[in-house]
Amino acid sequence: MDGIASLLHGFGVALTAYHVMLMVIGVMLGLLVGVLPGLGAPNGVSLLLPLTFTMDPVAAIILLTSTYWGALFGGSTTSILFNIPGEPSSVATTFDGYPMAKQGRATEALSYAFLSAGFGALLGVVLITLLSGWVARFALKFSSPEYFAVYFLAFASFIGLGGASPLKTIVSIGLGFSLAAVGMDSISGSLRLSYGFDSLVPGISFLVAVIGLFGLGELVVTIEEGLKIDGIRARLSLRDVLRTAADMPRHWLALLRSGAIGCWMGITPGGPTAASFMSYGLAKRFSRKGARFGQGEPEGVISPETADHAAGTSAMLPMLALGVPGSATSAVMLGGLMIWGLNPGPMLFIERPDFVWGLIASMYLANVVAVVLVLTTVPMFAAILRTPFAVIGPIIVVVCFVGAYTVASREFDLWLALAFGVVGYIFKKLDYPIAPMVLAMVIGDKAEDAFRQSLIMSKGSPAIFWANPLVTTLMSLGLLLLLWPLIARLVAVARRPIP
Amino acid sequence: MLRIGRTIAVSAALSMASLAAAHAWQPTKPIEFVVTSGPGGGTDNFARVVQSIVGKYKLSPQPIIVTNKGGGSGAEGYIYARSSSGDPQKVIFGTNNAYLLPHVVKTPFKPDDLTPVAAMALDEFLLWVTSQSEFKDTKSYIAAVKAKPETYKMGGSQSKDTDQTLTSLIESVAGVKWIYVPFQGGGAAAVQLAGGHTDSNTNNPNENIGQWKAGQVRPLCVFSTTRLPAGPKVTADMGWGDIPTCKEEGIAIDRFQMPRTVWLPAKVPADAVAFYVELMKKVSETPEWREYVTRTVQTPRFMTGAELKAFVAEDDANNRKVFEKEGWLVK
Repeated sequence: MDGIASLLHGFGVALTAYHVMLMVIGVMLGLLVGVLPGLGAPNGVSLLLPLTFTMDPVAAIILLTSTYWGALFGGSTTSILFNIPGEPSSVATTFDGYPMAKQGRATEALSYAFLSAGFGALLGVVLITLLSGWVARFALKFSSPEYFAVYFLAFASFIGLGGASPLKTIVSIGLGFSLAAVGMDSISGSLRLSYGFDSLVPGISFLVAVIGLFGLGELVVTIEEGLKIDGIRARLSLRDVLRTAADMPRHWLALLRSGAIGCWMGITPGGPTAASFMSYGLAKRFSRKGARFGQGEPEGVISPETADHAAGTSAMLPMLALGVPGSATSAVMLGGLMIWGLNPGPMLFIERPDFVWGLIASMYLANVVAVVLVLTTVPMFAAILRTPFAVIGPIIVVVCFVGAYTVASREFDLWLALAFGVVGYIFKKLDYPIAPMVLAMVIGDKAEDAFRQSLIMSKGSPAIFWANPLVTTLMSLGLLLLLWPLIARLVAVARRPIP
Repeated sequence: MLRIGRTIAVSAALSMASLAAAHAWQPTKPIEFVVTSGPGGGTDNFARVVQSIVGKYKLSPQPIIVTNKGGGSGAEGYIYARSSSGDPQKVIFGTNNAYLLPHVVKTPFKPDDLTPVAAMALDEFLLWVTSQSEFKDTKSYIAAVKAKPETYKMGGSQSKDTDQTLTSLIESVAGVKWIYVPFQGGGAAAVQLAGGHTDSNTNNPNENIGQWKAGQVRPLCVFSTTRLPAGPKVTADMGWGDIPTCKEEGIAIDRFQMPRTVWLPAKVPADAVAFYVELMKKVSETPEWREYVTRTVQTPRFMTGAELKAFVAEDDANNRKVFEKEGWLVK
């Protein structure tokens, strides 16, 4: 059992006082980020990223992932107590969580949410542990055509499975591609799209873009929609938690089904938001209690929470192993990896086992830390929401701009962040997905490089993308996903009864 | 207003220095080391080693901040130097791209925007093949490439950079032709060679050492006038010193090396340049510096003043010839 030995080694790396302290700090920050509306996991993580530049990569990734877990838990808390999803991925939790809280079962709802979230996260990490050893063996088989096929698969699955309109997703990806093209082009060794501006020579930092898109853009939307806070006091007693825990096994079917959905959506880049909605929808359809969903049904909390966390954790695997992020937050972390001088991809498992297994081990630990912390600190964080938004909103704006400046200490980036804030707002208003654009900004030029390198190797023949079973499988899968919306429509038309 | 302030600051520093009578110029605020590569790159390691040595031996009265400005293959850092003209608190770390980049890329900076301080080491280039191939020596590999032009793949860093320049040089002296595949950097080129997706590369020792130790790549020859220092064995039966020079193996290139260079912005006082020359000289004499060049298998060589100027002029002319031949020069 190679995986187990590596995992134990990873625990050795992760279990130092410093790392555990970072986990606690990360989870606390994440809870804060998750609880505050208008500040989600992707922007929370991107704001922290500049602080990690001087840290050791293992410590840095532990801090960032712990923040992510904390944000996922924090998002559910406000969904249940205030009917305000702190995270897009916890929207589905409000459907049954808030009704439960209104019926005076807030403790029960929170315990269900945290325990099922913990279970989902665990399922995701176990999956990563089992698959990692297998992924590493593929490492050296990957050359430019294979890399391009994987990137293609990532973009195609966003288009085919992302949930948003395929055309809007393509527009979003296209914008991301053109932004990624600014600056030095390593294939031709020339500068592109800098229009003679010195500020554009280094290219456009995806970090600044993310801060603008997610932070500022979302904030404006939150202000516009008006924030109604109608909170319910939360008190958690150990007895209630234990009683709920004892009740969990009764929901085994919902747990497993949601876990499976979450893992699948995390590994294909559906992301936690899509996973939680899908899981809720399927639970409603297949559960015996489906008719009571929406009125405060525990399974209506368990299903989206399990899937949300399972997707959040398993999204780390494609990010590490292939350099393909499964969620918006892991897209931000992917950027971080490159900044720390690590090359995401199958070679990472061979070149930096300390990093990979330290991270995987820390995911077990940090999720345990997170469950313990949320159960003890929920009332405190819930109190934050009683602070008027007029106070919280400006603080978020300041944090966003400070974050944008710390990326490279350039004034130009502040304007860039502001511009991206406007873009983010417009995207939200017109219902365009932001994640595909971020993905294209992060891996867009890598995809382009891989494509052109492949064609240089084959002297211009596209047959190189079908040259061996590995790349053929990846490309075919990508094409299938890309055309999926079209296929689904054709099938629907064919099935329609002829009048 | 700013200029008056600076004049006052400079004259204050001057009067203090003349009182101390040790150095004509001393930094008066934290020094910024501008790195023209991203974190983890060769230039980044170089600057951070210098920073740690200066810190350890307390060679500077002021602290040092390292900032990475590696965008546009280093152009970002050099453009920053140009906008900091006259500011002697900014030290720029680079390679020969400081004077070669403007030849091949349309950038707003010119070599005149920099004041040379020193070159501290020369990074070596080797010809490597993948262990999956049957080639054990340079002659058989070159003969095979000659027999089938544009079939064998040479991997390297981005286009028009040192790796492709060297590839072009070998092509013209040996009468061969590769398919040159540009990757993101030496690291990626090393992995691709290890996987057998390319046939050879011209990586620096430090970029391929991991793959060599793992038995995935094989060194054929080194582009230097003499063999590398022997040192301990890297693999079971070979060390760096066992690799023949490319000249011995029949490739008529005397040497191809990349200097690790230090610069100041233009229009800085001459005694400020003298301060940094002295600082870098002291750094290059420490055991930590020797440990760094040995570990990364570079050749220690401290050059400054007229010697550096001559080296730059020669290196510039040699590279320019290749750029001209390949049609890479920007108008």
